[in-house]
Amino acid sequence: MPRRVLSYNQMVVDALPDEAVSRLFHALADSTRRDILRRAAAGELSVSRLAEAYPMSFAAVQKHVAVLADAGLVSKERRGREQLVSTTPDAVEQAHRALDALAETWAGRLNRMSDLLRQDKPGNLPGAGKNRHERETH
Amino acid sequence: MSVKRIDKDYDTLTIRALAEFEAAPERVWELWADPRKLEGWWGPPTYPATVREHSLVPGGSVTYFMTGPDGQIYHGWWAVQQVDAPRQLSFRDGFADQDGTRRDDMPVTEVTVTLTARDGGTAAEIVTSFADRTQMEELISMGAVEGAAEAMSQMDAILASA
Repeated sequence: MPRRVLSYNQMVVDALPDEAVSRLFHALADSTRRDILRRAAAGELSVSRLAEAYPMSFAAVQKHVAVLADAGLVSKERRGREQLVSTTPDAVEQAHRALDALAETWAGRLNRMSDLLRQDKPGNLPGAGKNRHERETH
Repeated sequence: MSVKRIDKDYDTLTIRALAEFEAAPERVWELWADPRKLEGWWGPPTYPATVREHSLVPGGSVTYFMTGPDGQIYHGWWAVQQVDAPRQLSFRDGFADQDGTRRDDMPVTEVTVTLTARDGGTAAEIVTSFADRTQMEELISMGAVEGAAEAMSQMDAILASA
């Protein structure tokens, strides 16, 4: 049987975490951003108030908020001269998505393993060192 | 179909995949132990993997890269923890920069593979979880708090309209 045919991994973009998952991990990999997220979860707050809480520039805080917004963890809203930050209700969904992507990755891998084992029956294989050649001739 | 089931545990951020293969555990083990065979399944056809280092011993490391359709290279690594051929293997899997520096802004997963001989074939169990669960758990608990707050405000609204 030719490889890939019938494998449901064709429907799946696997092996690499999808962009959304990467953005999520990138956003969570920084302690300031996690702290911003915690504060925002406690209630809506403005970027200027956030900036007072950290020993960094307003622009730096704004940048952190932008990374969180890119990951879908917070939303920004302009109200007058203020920029308000609040957490989005789909934070749980984001984490679930990361796990779903991981499950898809392994489903694809297991299907490919199965295909390889079917192709590489011991009888078809003159020597263990020739697998690469075998595969290329398929 | 070799994949029997994949269970997802959202609380512990762990997935458990069960598969059956019509091959003895020794042959299934070769899919991990032989770098050329590993290349045949680790990456999907659109992101084929090329294995560079391959030291499948406790404390050893496996390094690889995957090549995307646009020619972009993604580097990855395993930190091998436990090896008991042909029964059990555990390792951490993550991403690296071009120069091999491990990236901490990409997910690291912990993988444990268990192979058991069954009816002339092999039952495989693969348990994978995010290594840095605290970040994700924090995210979930914050979301849960928020979800509860939302439910409360909905309740308020219902009570107010009653």
